[in-house]
Amino acid sequence: MSIETKKYPVGMHPALPPPSGSVGPLRWMRDNLFSSVSNTVLTLLGLYLVYIIVPPFIQWAFIDSVVYGAESRKECLAIMGEDRGACWSFVYRRWGQFVYGFYPIEERWRVNVAFILTFITIAVVLVEKLRANKPVLIVGILLPVVSFFLITGNSLFGLVDVPTNKMGGVLLTLIVGLSGIFVSLPISIMLALSRISKLPIFSIIATIFIEFIRGVPLITLLFIASTLLSYFLPAGSNFDLLLRVLIMVTIFSAAYIAEVIRGGLAAIPTGQYEAADALGLSYWQSMRLIILPQALKISIPGIVGSFIGLFKDTTLVVIIGLLDPLGIGMAAISTTAWAGLSTELYVFIGLFFFIFCFSMSRYSLYLEKKLQTGHNN
Amino acid sequence: MANNNEKLAISIKGMHKWYGDFHVLRDINIEVKKGEIIVVCGPSGSGKSTMIRCINRLEEHQQGQIIVDGIELTNDIKKIDEVRREVGMCFQHFNLFPHLTVLENCTLAPIWVRGIPKKEAEETAMHFLEKVKIPDQALKYPGQLSGGQQQRVAIARSLCMKPRTILFDEPTSALDPEMIKEVLDVMIELAEEGMTMICVTHEMGFARKVADRVIFMDAGQIVEENTPAEFFDNPQNERTQLFLSQILH
Repeated sequence: MSIETKKYPVGMHPALPPPSGSVGPLRWMRDNLFSSVSNTVLTLLGLYLVYIIVPPFIQWAFIDSVVYGAESRKECLAIMGEDRGACWSFVYRRWGQFVYGFYPIEERWRVNVAFILTFITIAVVLVEKLRANKPVLIVGILLPVVSFFLITGNSLFGLVDVPTNKMGGVLLTLIVGLSGIFVSLPISIMLALSRISKLPIFSIIATIFIEFIRGVPLITLLFIASTLLSYFLPAGSNFDLLLRVLIMVTIFSAAYIAEVIRGGLAAIPTGQYEAADALGLSYWQSMRLIILPQALKISIPGIVGSFIGLFKDTTLVVIIGLLDPLGIGMAAISTTAWAGLSTELYVFIGLFFFIFCFSMSRYSLYLEKKLQTGHNN
Repeated sequence: MANNNEKLAISIKGMHKWYGDFHVLRDINIEVKKGEIIVVCGPSGSGKSTMIRCINRLEEHQQGQIIVDGIELTNDIKKIDEVRREVGMCFQHFNLFPHLTVLENCTLAPIWVRGIPKKEAEETAMHFLEKVKIPDQALKYPGQLSGGQQQRVAIARSLCMKPRTILFDEPTSALDPEMIKEVLDVMIELAEEGMTMICVTHEMGFARKVADRVIFMDAGQIVEENTPAEFFDNPQNERTQLFLSQILH
């Protein structure tokens, strides 16, 4: 049998559809799920695992669970008849504490307003269309200051002063996590630039700082913040514990992110520095306009990884007596009403952290794609 | 004397440079008048790139004197920036900014260094992009252009600063043969308009056509300096003769 060919002039050959069976869902499954014996086995094993895990979890979490009507674990069990579903009543009854900690109930509206303001700030920082508008950007950046006064009160505008030790739960996590993230980024950029600086004084100080902070576990730093610092500070000085924790968390993550950024800086070809110099840009101009935009783009996955780590590490503040959602929950399950619960708590806390961390992760992917400009350096 | 200095775009006297212990440039003396086209050639490692990179202080010289537009290059950063504003440079690997569009590449320095309003800078940029014949690529990113187009953008980027002198450091060495001509055509046009140019290049056709003088370097020294006609047809030095016989086939 001969293969049929037809001559076309160069450039005139029509685009033909691909042969059947080379595209489409079946083809995709064959390529991705069943391409070899071992892949087929793994696919089937995966399906089996989903089968034995997912339906029972759905049964436990949604179908057999109790949300309303129970005041304690005993009542939960009474409603279910036996211990087979999740007792979400626990989360429902303790919701206020999970979100606000021990913030005075009649003042919680202030936290709610602060949450909304913070959400606006995040939207302004993350969404390019909003960010591009100067007045919007300025308002967005100033809102956290308003939030700060709203939450602490400081007796301004007739607001009742709320001491930081009343703050807990999601409020605490967001205070520590978000201020850590927003403050550590600029600090880490300065650290990275100092570390690669030609001036020894900058590079030595930055190197010592980074290596010291990275060489010490965060828990140790938090202990230093909560106990040791009081010995060094003048007697009677009142240096807020939450502020100390914030400083420690921030410098801890700044040290890590600085190294990620240094990696990004090292990946920029020297030609970029030279071109910027040759055009007469000053050091700061070339850093801000040429080098950092490229270096930070390369560093996005690493930076966001550090942010996610920082956000999850906020749970460590439990150890020095601050109550984040996990701490609130652990305190709650040791009360007589809810004693014996545990899975519900960890699933709930896990879900809370997952939502935040997964969003960060997705945003970072989106950003990477958006900044792709058809080059690979 | 003062009058003579005014006519000089670049004056290099007794310049030496070392990389650590390695004596890379030895007693370089060059005078370039305004509007002159100088082609620098020589075998690789002869120091030609290093020499022109000293003119805008991408490399530091350790001895001797470099005066550009009446400004002596020293450690004074202000003077260095002043020189860099007036001296453009095009690199072998273009060194366009990959995160900025072609237009942004061209307007960045005028806006930030010269303080020109954005709109005006964009008009200037479009003017020069038309000159290098790629105005239609203005909104693309450098990564989407061919090598020849990228080098032409790099030339336009330099021109947007309205420099008095442009340094070319092997501008066609990284290009496919098909694209060399489009870059050379732009350079020839610039030369004919009276731009002061110093080009490190092996494009002897270009040298013959537009250069006022050809400088041949070897082992960190200037071996021969002459008009293109004399340089190609009647090279004085043995080393020059050997080099020419090898590259002209």
